Amino acid sequence: MSKANLLDRRAVVAELLRDRKGAFAVGGLGASTYDIAAAGDHDRNFYLWGGMGGAVMIGLGLALAQPSLPVVVITGDGEMLMGIGSLATVALQQPRNLSIIVLDNEAYGETGGQASHTGGTADLVGVAKACGIADSRSISTMAEVEAFASSLQDVTAGPRFASAKIDGANLERVLSSRDGTYIVNRIRGSIGHTPI
Amino acid sequence: MHARADTAASWPEEIFSILQRFEVRQVPYVPDAGHSELIERVLGSSSMRGIALTTEEEGVALLAGAWAGGQRGVLLMQSSGVGNCINMLSLVQIFRLPFLTLVTMRGEWGEFNPWQVPMGSNTQGILELSGIKVLRAAHPDEVREVVEAGAAQAYNACTPTAVLLSQRLIGAKVFTK
Repeated sequence: MSKANLLDRRAVVAELLRDRKGAFAVGGLGASTYDIAAAGDHDRNFYLWGGMGGAVMIGLGLALAQPSLPVVVITGDGEMLMGIGSLATVALQQPRNLSIIVLDNEAYGETGGQASHTGGTADLVGVAKACGIADSRSISTMAEVEAFASSLQDVTAGPRFASAKIDGANLERVLSSRDGTYIVNRIRGSIGHTPI
Repeated sequence: MHARADTAASWPEEIFSILQRFEVRQVPYVPDAGHSELIERVLGSSSMRGIALTTEEEGVALLAGAWAGGQRGVLLMQSSGVGNCINMLSLVQIFRLPFLTLVTMRGEWGEFNPWQVPMGSNTQGILELSGIKVLRAAHPDEVREVVEAGAAQAYNACTPTAVLLSQRLIGAKVFTK
């Protein structure tokens, strides 16, 4: 399963969030949430433990509400495929502060590694582009990850989409909080909203 | 092609005013004839953003993000869309969202198209099983009161609420050749 030319998912996410400043990070159900937790807990981390297919739309709602702050959605290929229409919805809104990156291992890692469509015929970058996200690219090197990490700080030039082919190895889970009200209220608190 | 049950009162305009008053900012929707006037009003508004969806469940997730970012929203959809939302409605409970949806009903009150009936018949039950309080307006003169109550309990008490706008209110869709 492991291939030498594929990126390490933890290294990719650590680099994306290394100098995040005020950015919000939304993780999709599954390993991408563990990757975000592994990069370090943060009060602007939006961890998902369910709602498969919803990560990009959560990112869009957040991005439209806070247009001056960067929002990055970090999700997997299976989660992205389940919410594939949301790429068309994002493109229509053109949120300048929203970036989406798919960690593509071409498999449903959380359920035993069954093949996903991206290992066969589906091209997520092509889909994103065809939906109208002009800045859509494949990432295959850490230098490209670094470039994407700095570009996501630019809240005037999104939306942007990237797919990084990553090593399919299952890594040790790093468990974030799974209390939804805590996660959301902590994010709200970080931008000055008090509880109701 | 809707036979309107009402003559003068513009209940969509009343709904729009209520949404304005509650400072609703994000209005995700899947188009529906019964919501067409309200959607037009939202798209022409400077304080609200109408967000066209490809499927209704996107709207549930969008509203979770909006709330995290400090904004209120309302999901506009037709009864068939409630079925598309089921798993994503988990977010409403998990995040304790101030969730409000306005659902135009099909599959009841003089329906022509049998394909609308199964989901229309299950709409209220599915919402309630998902932990969402259901209110209903069937007459133009009660829309304001019901939507106002729904918005108040959703936004003030974080009590997820759906307001069903009956087909009796909207008028059964007329199919002509």
